[in-house]
Amino acid sequence: MTSVADFPVGPAPVSRRVLGIGAVLIVAFAVVPALASPYVFDAILLPFLALSLAGLGLNLLTGYGGQVSLGSAAFMAVGAFAAYNFQLRLGVSLPLALGLAAATSALIGTFFGLPSLRLRGFYLAVSTLAAQFFVQWALNKFGWFSNDSASGVISAPKIAFWGLDLDSSAGRYFFALIVVTLITVLVWRLVSGPEGINLNAVRDDETAAKVIGVPVLRTKLAAFAISSAIIGVAGVLWSFAYLRTIEPEGFNLDRSFQILFIVIIGGLATIRGAFLGAALIVVFPLLLARVSSALFGGVIDAGVLKLIEQIVLGAIIILFLIAEPNGLVAILDRARARLGRALRRD
Amino acid sequence: MMDWLNFLFGVEVAVGGLLSGVMYALVAIGFVLIYKTSGVLNFAQGAMVLFAALTFVSLIERGVPFWLAIVFTLAVMTMLGFAIERSVLRPLTNRSPMVLFMATLGLSYVIEGAAQLIWGTQVHRLDLGISNEPIDFGGIYVSQFDLAAAAIAAAMVAALTLFFRFTRTGLSFRAVADDTFAATAVGLRLNLIRSTVWTAAGFVALVAGLLWGARLGVQFSLSVVVLKALPVLVLGGFDSILGAIVAGLMIGASEKLAEVYLGPYVGGGIESWFAYAVALVVLLVRPSGLFGTKLVERY
Amino acid sequence: MTSLIQGAATAPFGGAGSDVVPTSHSPSPIFSAEAPLPLELKDISLRFGGIHALKSVSFDVRPGEIRAIIGPNGAGKSSLMNVISGLYSASSGEIRIGGRLLHRLRPHRLAGLGVARTFQNLALFPALSVAQNIASGLAFRRKVSLGAQILGLPQARRENARVTARVNEVAALLGLTGLLDRRVSTLPYGVQKQVDLARALAAWPHLLLLDEPMAGLTVTEKAAMARHIQALRDDLGIAVILIEHDIGVVMGLSDRIVVLDYGMKIADGTPDAVRRDPDVIRAYLGTDAEAA
Repeated sequence: MTSVADFPVGPAPVSRRVLGIGAVLIVAFAVVPALASPYVFDAILLPFLALSLAGLGLNLLTGYGGQVSLGSAAFMAVGAFAAYNFQLRLGVSLPLALGLAAATSALIGTFFGLPSLRLRGFYLAVSTLAAQFFVQWALNKFGWFSNDSASGVISAPKIAFWGLDLDSSAGRYFFALIVVTLITVLVWRLVSGPEGINLNAVRDDETAAKVIGVPVLRTKLAAFAISSAIIGVAGVLWSFAYLRTIEPEGFNLDRSFQILFIVIIGGLATIRGAFLGAALIVVFPLLLARVSSALFGGVIDAGVLKLIEQIVLGAIIILFLIAEPNGLVAILDRARARLGRALRRD
Repeated sequence: MMDWLNFLFGVEVAVGGLLSGVMYALVAIGFVLIYKTSGVLNFAQGAMVLFAALTFVSLIERGVPFWLAIVFTLAVMTMLGFAIERSVLRPLTNRSPMVLFMATLGLSYVIEGAAQLIWGTQVHRLDLGISNEPIDFGGIYVSQFDLAAAAIAAAMVAALTLFFRFTRTGLSFRAVADDTFAATAVGLRLNLIRSTVWTAAGFVALVAGLLWGARLGVQFSLSVVVLKALPVLVLGGFDSILGAIVAGLMIGASEKLAEVYLGPYVGGGIESWFAYAVALVVLLVRPSGLFGTKLVERY
Repeated sequence: MTSLIQGAATAPFGGAGSDVVPTSHSPSPIFSAEAPLPLELKDISLRFGGIHALKSVSFDVRPGEIRAIIGPNGAGKSSLMNVISGLYSASSGEIRIGGRLLHRLRPHRLAGLGVARTFQNLALFPALSVAQNIASGLAFRRKVSLGAQILGLPQARRENARVTARVNEVAALLGLTGLLDRRVSTLPYGVQKQVDLARALAAWPHLLLLDEPMAGLTVTEKAAMARHIQALRDDLGIAVILIEHDIGVVMGLSDRIVVLDYGMKIADGTPDAVRRDPDVIRAYLGTDAEAA
C-alpha cells in the first residue's frame, strides 16, 4: 500500500487552481480585448467561444456521462432557431430568448435521449444521428422556422438588450464571453457535485450503478437535457454573435463531428478540454493556410488546402486516440509538471 | 380499375424500395465483416466505398481495361486494408470499442480527403454497361439496373458465404468472430485474419462503390452512403450478415413507401431520417437489432 | 456507532433480530422477535434458453446471520446472486425481501429495499475517489434537486454534509479514512475490495450480498476482510449472504450454509452439518468419493 501512496493524483491544489482561473479570466476579460483586432474577434475568438461551449455541452454527455452523441449540431440549430423565433414572435429580450432557447433544446434533447434508456454503445451513437437528420430536415422543410425567408438564410437580430448595444466585434465577444463563463461555472458546479458522481458511475459501470442505487435513467436523461441546453446556447452564440446569420446548413453532420473532435482532442471528462480542443480546431485551419501561403506562396488552391486540412484533422484524431487518449489537457498537465520540477530544481 | 392501378403502383414502389434496400445492405455488409472480427463499427466504410469507386473510375478514364481496373483497384483496397489494420487498429488493441469507432471516424476524414486529393474532386460518370430501362412485369415496372445490381449483390453474398464456409481463412474468420480469445489461444493468426477481413471489406466496398457510383455518379457524396447503411446495421444487428440483408430490404421498402404515401402529408424529403425512425422503433423493442447477438453481462 | 443504527431504523423494513445484536446497542422496537426475514426464496428457477441454471431453489436468511452459498464452479451461485439482485429475473418462484413479496424485482429498486451487494470482478468507478465511490452508494437517498445542488443552496449543503458524515463513518469502520481522497484506480486490489464493501455499506443495508469478497486477496487481507464481515453481523446486525470459494473462510464465518450443485440445492444447514453431508462430499470430491 505504501508503494502507491506517493502516486500523484487529482488536480492541482486549490490555491494554485484559483490563481490559474483568475489569470485566465483576467486575460479573457481585460488583456485580450485590449489587444485583439476586429479580425481576431470575428475569425478566431467568437467561433472559439461558441465551439468551446458546444464542446463543453457534449463533454458533459459524452466525456462525463459516457453517452456518445453524433447529433450535437442539431441542438445548436434548435437553439439558434428557437432564440430567433422567440425574439421574432414574442419580442423577448436576448437574455430571455437565450434561456428559452436553452429550454427548448433541453426538451428536444431529452426526447432524442430517450433511446439511451434502452440502447448502449454503437446502437445509441447511431440513434443520435436521428436527431441530426430529423432536425435539419424539419428546419429546411417548414418555412415557418425561418420566417418563410426565400433563401432560408436569415440575418440574426442585433445583439442589443436592456439598453446595451453589443453589436460591435468587441461587444459580441463580451456577450459571448459572459455567457460562456457563466455556463462554465455552472457545469463545474455540476460535475464536482453529486451529479458528477452519478454521471461517472453510469459511464464506467452502468449495471453496478443501477444495483447500488444510482438513478441511472434520471442521470442519463438529465445529461441529455443539460448537454442539449448548453449546446443550444452555443448554437445561439454561433449564429447570433459569430456568423450573424442563421441557416440550417451550418449545423450539419460535419459540425457534429467537429464538436466530437473538439472533445476528443481536448480531453474527455474535463472542462478545460473543451476550450483547448476548440482552440486547436479553430486555429489549426488558419495556421495551415498561413503556412501554406508562406511556403508555397498561393500555389496551393483553396480546394486542395481544404482536403489537406481534412486529412490532417483525421490524422490528428487518430494520433490523439492512440498516443494521448486524455487529450491536450494531459499534455498540458505534463508540461506544467515538468516546468514546475525544472523551476524547483533551480 | 383505379384501385388496381393504385395497387400496382404500390407494388412497384415496394419492389423499387426492396431493390434499393439491396444497395443499402451491400454497404452494411462491409461493416458487418469488420465488426465481427475486430469489434469495430468502421465508420470509414463509406470513405472506402468512395475510395474504391474513385480509383476504379479514374483508371477506366485513363484507358485501363475493365477487368484490369478491377484487379488493380482490389489490390489498392487490399493495401489500404493492411495499412489501416497496422497503423490504426493494432495500436488501439484492447481499447474500448468507442475509441476504435472514433478512430475510424478520423480515418474516414483521412481516406475521403486522400481519395479526392489523388483523383480530384470532380464528378465522374461511371457506366457499367447496364441499361437503366425499366422492364414491364405485368404492369409493374422495375428498373433493369436495380435488378442487375441486386443480382450482383446476391452473387457477392454467395461468394462471401462460400469463402467463409469452405476456405481455411474463412473458417478461421468464423472462429475469431465467435471467440477472439480462444482463437488466439489455439494459434490462429489474428492479424493475418483481420487483414484478410479488411481486404474482404475493401472488396465489398468496391462492389458497392461501382453500383452506387453508376447510379449517383462517382463523387464525394458517395461516402454518404454510410449514412444509409447505419440504420440498416442498427436494425439488423451489427454482427449479422443475414440481418444486414433483411434490414436493408425492410428499410428500403418502408422508406420508399413512406416517401410516396406519407411524404406528401409532411412535405416530402423524409428519407433523410425515416430509416433511422424505423430502426429506432424496432430497437426499442429489441435493443440488439433483429439478428444481433444479445449482450449478456456477467456479474 | 449510534448514528449508524439510526440509519438502519429509517430503512424500509425492520432491522436485524435482537438475538444477534448486543442489547447495549439499541432497544429500538424494530428489533423484535417477529421482525420479517431479510430474504426468503421459494422455488426459484432460472432458465436461459435450454440451460437450466437454477432448479427450484428455496432458502431464507434470518436477521443478523451470515449465510453462505457454496458449490462447485457452474453450480449456479452467481446466477442466484444475480436473481437476488434483480439482474436476472427468475423464470418461476417467489422472492420476499423484508417480508415483501416482489413480483418483479428490478435492480434499481434494490438499494431502496435495504439490500446492497458487492461484485466479484470489482465494479468500482475507477475515475472517482474512494470517498466518491462510497458516496455513490448513497445516491438513491438524495432528495435535493439538481438545480439546488448546482446553486449550492442550504438544503444541498446540508445533504452533502450528511453524506460526507456517513462516508467518513463507513470509511472509519473499514480503515479507509486515510485513503478517502485517493483515486480508486491507484489503489491495490485488496484495498479496492474494501472500497467495494464500503460502498455497499454506505446506505446501511439490512441484507448485504457479498460475491466472492476474498477472491484475489492475500492471507492477511482475507483475515481482515473476515473480521470486517463478522463485525457487520455482530456489531451492526446486518444479514449477509456470502458467496466464497475459500471453504475454510466459509466454514469459519457462516452461521448456515446453502450448497448448490447443478443449479439445485443439495444441502442446507450449519457448517458442521454441511461438512458431514454425503451429498456435499460427493459434489465436491466427485467420482472419487463414489468410487471409495
